[in-house]
Amino acid sequence: MNTVMATIFSASFLFSVIRLTTPILLAALAALITDRAGVMNIGLEGIMLCSALAGVVGSAAFHSAFLGLVFAMVTGVVLGLVMAYSALNLKADIILVGIAINLMASGGTIFILYSICGDKGNSTSLKSLTMPSVNIPLIQNIPVLGNIISGHNLLTYIAFLSVFLIWLLLYKTPLGLRIRVVGENPNAAESVGINVRKIQYTVLVISGILASIGGAYMSMGYMDKFSRDMVAGRGFIALAAEALGTGTPVGIMGSSLIFGAADALATNLQVLDIPVQFVQMIPYALTIVGLIVYSISRNKKEKKIGISK
Amino acid sequence: MADNVADNVLVMENITKVYPNGFVANKNVNFSVRKGEIHALVGENGAGKSTLMKVLFGIESPDTGRILLNGKEVQISNPSSAIKYGIGMVHQHFMLAPSLTVAENMVMGIEPKNMFLFDFAKAVQMTQDVAKKYNFDIDPKSHVKDLSVGQKQKVEILKALMRGAQILILDEPTAVLTPQETTELFVQLKELKKQGHTIIFISHKLREIKEICDRITILRDGRSVGEAEVKELSEQDISNSMVGRNVVLDIQKTPAEPKETILSVRDLSAVNKFGKTTLNHVSFDVRRGEIFGIAGVEGNGQSELAEIITGLRPYLKGSVKIKNVEIQNLSIRKIRELKTSHVPEDRMTFGIAGDVSIKENLISDRFYKKEYNHNGLQKAKMINEESDGNIQEYLVKCDGREQPIRMLSGGNIQKVVVAREFSSNPDFILVDQPTRGIDVGATEFVRKQIVKLRDDGSAIILISADLNEVMELSDSLIVLYEGEIAAYFPDTKNITEQEMGEYMLGIKKMSPEETGDVIHEK
Repeated sequence: MNTVMATIFSASFLFSVIRLTTPILLAALAALITDRAGVMNIGLEGIMLCSALAGVVGSAAFHSAFLGLVFAMVTGVVLGLVMAYSALNLKADIILVGIAINLMASGGTIFILYSICGDKGNSTSLKSLTMPSVNIPLIQNIPVLGNIISGHNLLTYIAFLSVFLIWLLLYKTPLGLRIRVVGENPNAAESVGINVRKIQYTVLVISGILASIGGAYMSMGYMDKFSRDMVAGRGFIALAAEALGTGTPVGIMGSSLIFGAADALATNLQVLDIPVQFVQMIPYALTIVGLIVYSISRNKKEKKIGISK
Repeated sequence: MADNVADNVLVMENITKVYPNGFVANKNVNFSVRKGEIHALVGENGAGKSTLMKVLFGIESPDTGRILLNGKEVQISNPSSAIKYGIGMVHQHFMLAPSLTVAENMVMGIEPKNMFLFDFAKAVQMTQDVAKKYNFDIDPKSHVKDLSVGQKQKVEILKALMRGAQILILDEPTAVLTPQETTELFVQLKELKKQGHTIIFISHKLREIKEICDRITILRDGRSVGEAEVKELSEQDISNSMVGRNVVLDIQKTPAEPKETILSVRDLSAVNKFGKTTLNHVSFDVRRGEIFGIAGVEGNGQSELAEIITGLRPYLKGSVKIKNVEIQNLSIRKIRELKTSHVPEDRMTFGIAGDVSIKENLISDRFYKKEYNHNGLQKAKMINEESDGNIQEYLVKCDGREQPIRMLSGGNIQKVVVAREFSSNPDFILVDQPTRGIDVGATEFVRKQIVKLRDDGSAIILISADLNEVMELSDSLIVLYEGEIAAYFPDTKNITEQEMGEYMLGIKKMSPEETGDVIHEK
């Protein structure tokens, strides 16, 4: 037990919490912005997986990590547009479209990986690059704190910066106002000439970009290669984080940190004498527990005041 | 029409609109409106008013016909272009986002910007400016969800005015207002008229049309029956030409003969999901053989009360007994088996299953019963016969019992609901907004059936936002204000609309002794 406590209260553990929060946070923000416009994107897992591969392939092909990131983002945008076209123009159910994207990504990435590398497991044979880590001047010299928040991958800082940017977008810009109106009462938006479809296209593209940065982080930051199914459910955990985060960017940052911590715990506890599979279960079990706790507390509140049976 | 074309700010010529399912909504309709007038557009449900206005507002495109604004032909292909041409629409269901502020709702779509950011202060300023210009009293920073229905409507009107609307379409604007709010609205509409705006006023309430409108166009079965000066027509004339036959406008009934108490409600309290008290220690009795009206501005506890009594919503404090059985832990089926019925407020959600046939909707409260089944299979012949009987008795206009119910007009859908709920000969029935949004003919029919049910010995609760209806149809009534009984009238004969309005708005309130008389079994 002591080793566990010592692990949890070490600077390196907190560092890994932030590291592992990054992809969840980006995807949760992607979920948030679509949810606010009434077109919940559940294809995040698939978008992340595709862009993780795209980042690796792009960086190897262009010999540039940044161009790899751009390639990943283009992939995210394209998938966002595919979802938008199917759901908004062809009137397919957006949930089914999301499931289709996830299934396609799972098999499709392995197929492409095999065609390029001749390997169905990972991309070690590709000379892919990673995004740089950033040491923050001054802060890196502060004891303990410097070890926790400095020295992360550039994309981690972009993730936390996105919390602010999404907040700014939603609450301080005309587009944000339109997004919130479309999500709350699309008829109202339409009646004043707001193009509902255009707004929903926009949010799906933005969510594609956010999720693709999260995906790229997986293969160009967290790891330095692509391996099959490496997103490992983080796109779904992000949906849980979005639900727990009460629909605000800051709330979502909080819930993403909780899931990031669970992920970090799972990674760190693998050194102990517990079966690895059991430890790896932690983040997913916590997702279920979190959602149950959230639903129970909401139901209790409703029962208490007598609005549900 | 050609005599004074110059005065016509809007002319719609030979508008025909056929929907893809073959329904002819408008057939060669001519509609012209003069500048600066309040023009009534009336007709039964399905007569084509909504379609005509949708065409004008660019939501539907007509198959033939043209629209002239100030003598010039225009193409209105979507709401944006309608707004651009100075046409504004105040919808029956408010087009507002409740969680946002008034100012944000006002400027959505035309948001003021400071660099690339939304300029909230400017939005507030813009709202104040337009409110001041038209003499509307509204707080731009309050949230729409905290506003009364009347205030929300003001926001809707201002929203259209801010976008430069010269022609305002108001779709049944008074349906949800109290008499006082209606009076206030009419003052504002007259002010708008004085400032040169033209108003198209859609309404079922003939008295209001007589009061405020200058001219009238009457539609029937998708055709224009004619247009006239309002002052040349009586209410009876208008309703006769709408329906095409003689309609009895007054409700005819004998005095009630109340018998034993069927429903008794004691100290009932409830809160909504925001924790706000919606019912506060409400107690009353309803007896066999009376129509017990519940009046009040929407949102003062009527919906919660109706949901609790019919078992749709749980309750924690107080008691509700039907024939001395406490219903707190009973399922809806158990409550219905106490011989109770319910005509719900929202008929499309709670009254019917839209894609299912008329027949199946008619038996949806009884299909499981023994007499309808034999060895686990339904008795098709008996059910068919019963359905045909109900369709005939309740004058449901349809192609037959197998037609999906959503193909019917609102009035006929309501007749099906009424047929199902009334034909089970209930001891107690709650009818919630029985004639909302249905036409004069169907309204007359439904009201007659309610009186007949009373005479056959049912205890009836009538909840209605239509003040006229609740006052004339009920034998006794209570007024709810902020979840409390503000007034009890054992006899509805001597109440004035003015007096009712004062209780509904909370200006006056009866003492507990006076309202305590509503409890007949001490």
